[in-house]
Amino acid sequence: MNMVQALNQALREEMRRDERVVVLGEDVGRRGGVFLVTEGLIDEFGPDRVIDTPLTEMGIVGVAVGMAMYGLRPVAEIQFIDFVYEAFDQIVNNVAWVRFRSAGMYKTPMVIRGPCCGGIRGGMHHSQSPETYFMHTPGLYVVMPSTPKDAKGLLKASIRSDDPVIFLEPKVIYRRIREEVPEGDYIVPLGKGRLVKEGSDVTLVTWGAMVYQALEAAKHAEKRGWSIEIIDLRTLLPWDKDLVLESLEKTNRLVIVHEARRTLGPAAEISAYVSENHIDMLRGPVMRVASYDTPFPLAHEKLYMPNVARIYRAIREVMQW
Amino acid sequence: MEKGVTFHRFPFAPAPRDVREEYQRLLDEALGFKRVLDEDGEVVDEQLHPKLSPDELLELYTLMVRARVIDAWLLRLQRMGKVALHAPNKGQEATAVGVAKAMKPEDWLFPSYRELGAYIARGMSEEEILDRALNTKDDPLKGSDFAIYGNRKYNIVPAPVPVGNQIPHAVGAAMAAKILGDKIVTVTFFGDGSTSRGDFHAGLNFAGVFKSPVVFVIQNNQYAISVPVTRQTAAPTLAVKALAYGVPGKRIDGNDILVVYSVAKEAVERARNGGGPTLIETVTYRMGPHTTADDPSRYRNEEEVKAFERLDPLRRFKLYLDKQGVLTLREAEEIEKAWDSKVEEIIRRVLEKPGLPRDVFFHNVYSRMPWHLEEEYKEFEEQFEVAEELGLQLEE
Repeated sequence: MNMVQALNQALREEMRRDERVVVLGEDVGRRGGVFLVTEGLIDEFGPDRVIDTPLTEMGIVGVAVGMAMYGLRPVAEIQFIDFVYEAFDQIVNNVAWVRFRSAGMYKTPMVIRGPCCGGIRGGMHHSQSPETYFMHTPGLYVVMPSTPKDAKGLLKASIRSDDPVIFLEPKVIYRRIREEVPEGDYIVPLGKGRLVKEGSDVTLVTWGAMVYQALEAAKHAEKRGWSIEIIDLRTLLPWDKDLVLESLEKTNRLVIVHEARRTLGPAAEISAYVSENHIDMLRGPVMRVASYDTPFPLAHEKLYMPNVARIYRAIREVMQW
Repeated sequence: MEKGVTFHRFPFAPAPRDVREEYQRLLDEALGFKRVLDEDGEVVDEQLHPKLSPDELLELYTLMVRARVIDAWLLRLQRMGKVALHAPNKGQEATAVGVAKAMKPEDWLFPSYRELGAYIARGMSEEEILDRALNTKDDPLKGSDFAIYGNRKYNIVPAPVPVGNQIPHAVGAAMAAKILGDKIVTVTFFGDGSTSRGDFHAGLNFAGVFKSPVVFVIQNNQYAISVPVTRQTAAPTLAVKALAYGVPGKRIDGNDILVVYSVAKEAVERARNGGGPTLIETVTYRMGPHTTADDPSRYRNEEEVKAFERLDPLRRFKLYLDKQGVLTLREAEEIEKAWDSKVEEIIRRVLEKPGLPRDVFFHNVYSRMPWHLEEEYKEFEEQFEVAEELGLQLEE
């Protein structure tokens, strides 16, 4: 099963389990979503629960807030996550803060999900990795799966969460990675990372499609005799501090790889946290490998995003310590 | 000064009679439907006929042909894997060409991503379109995004792909022109889907309040990807939305180049002369998919598309020109063939050109590169040495 099918299965099972779960967004009904994540849902659940909306992210997210406050569990699809900014006011001031503003009397148990990230020649408005913006917003969970299995388990956990979740799906691996996905109630808890690969010299923290670049880079490093441990964070806010520290205790070297841009990106936060609290665990500098601080380009996107050479370079750097 | 507190007329009083009469007339235009040519190229409205010379008529036809030819080639090039993505224009040529020809060169155009005819009508060559689509070294937008075209040379601002973002930009540019005393007009194109967005609301509202010299063109091609216009709004037409902003809205046949030209010309000149904004809903039909990534068979059937072939803007105009003795059907076909081979030749040449330099995206982020980007640029350069060391062929 690929990631699209796993997400579709998660939505279907959750909608069967709980009739408060509704799906809304542009083209999610008859079209089944432009990537077919919602394919067939309208046939089973009807247009009251699978809602083709007018074209406005602000509207989609705004009405989802109202639905969630009233008692539904909306899953709002943003057709491409690059279009989410029209809804930014709603996300920051409402999705995230209704609970605080109402002193807990109202809540917004909702999921905002959509395809993110680069690698499909999508250009500047179909390729972005905006996780940084959301991680700066208290009240939100931020999630990004890297495998079909995790996609299913994390989406189910997100729908059941009483707090709102930004659910980012790396579209470049929507269909590229296939694996067995457990039927039924398979849940991956929010806030827990996954050990992708054990190693003893360097801890490489990453998520999303970058997991596969990291695995490639690790092969090259291992040819030089360096053993790389890879962690897929899966949830970026709050990130799995324990898993990272446990690994660092062993390796004492940290490289963080992400598709989000470097300045103030998630790696900056992880790096700052580790050096503030656990400088004793580090032999040398924490290295970041991230997309450059430019808009996402259509031309030469593969040189814009982190690649094997750049990850290897960072590993080589920390291995000098 | 009146005594006591004066209120604006809305709070307590009904709108005065003259406003109601004016709105009755505006309502007729916004709910109606105007065309000069019927389906078979017969003139049905002499009054709206723009009365162009045979040469001018021929030019309109040629521009529509050129738009259709380059559109078909871009589709083919996308299927060959040469173009990242294309948003087909087929069926919407009359609106793009008609509106653009109603503008002056100094007017500014804020298009969406489906207006090849407008770019060509304002002077963009097929070679430039291909350089753009194929991201050659001569791509004027330097590989920034797909499906968009623009060049300051022709006062065409490249579109933001998030739909409708350009609507308030067109209003702002029009406000600026007015402030600076320039007698220019701005025109923006967008689709039926964009009318649901905040940008549309803000743009129309500002234009109404500031009486800006702007013309809004909604290409109502019936679908926002799969969502039909009836699910986009409960209003009976899109043109009628303008009225709530104090802006006239006109609904016309977007597949009839003569009515498009006439109504656009009137709106552009009205704006130029201080009359304020106009919204034009051009009713048309997207004959192809939304983009090359779309599969319309999931949401509409072939019979529907077939039915709209009779309304094809080129077909109707061709029949009209034939009846007028401007151009026989055979001559029309020859023009099509000639442009097709001309474009094929240009493609052969453009495909030979080298691509953009690999560090292209570090440029045009700021007017001058700040230190943090300079540092990143150094790391960027180093990756090629690392790749060589590892014996890696880096994907670009």
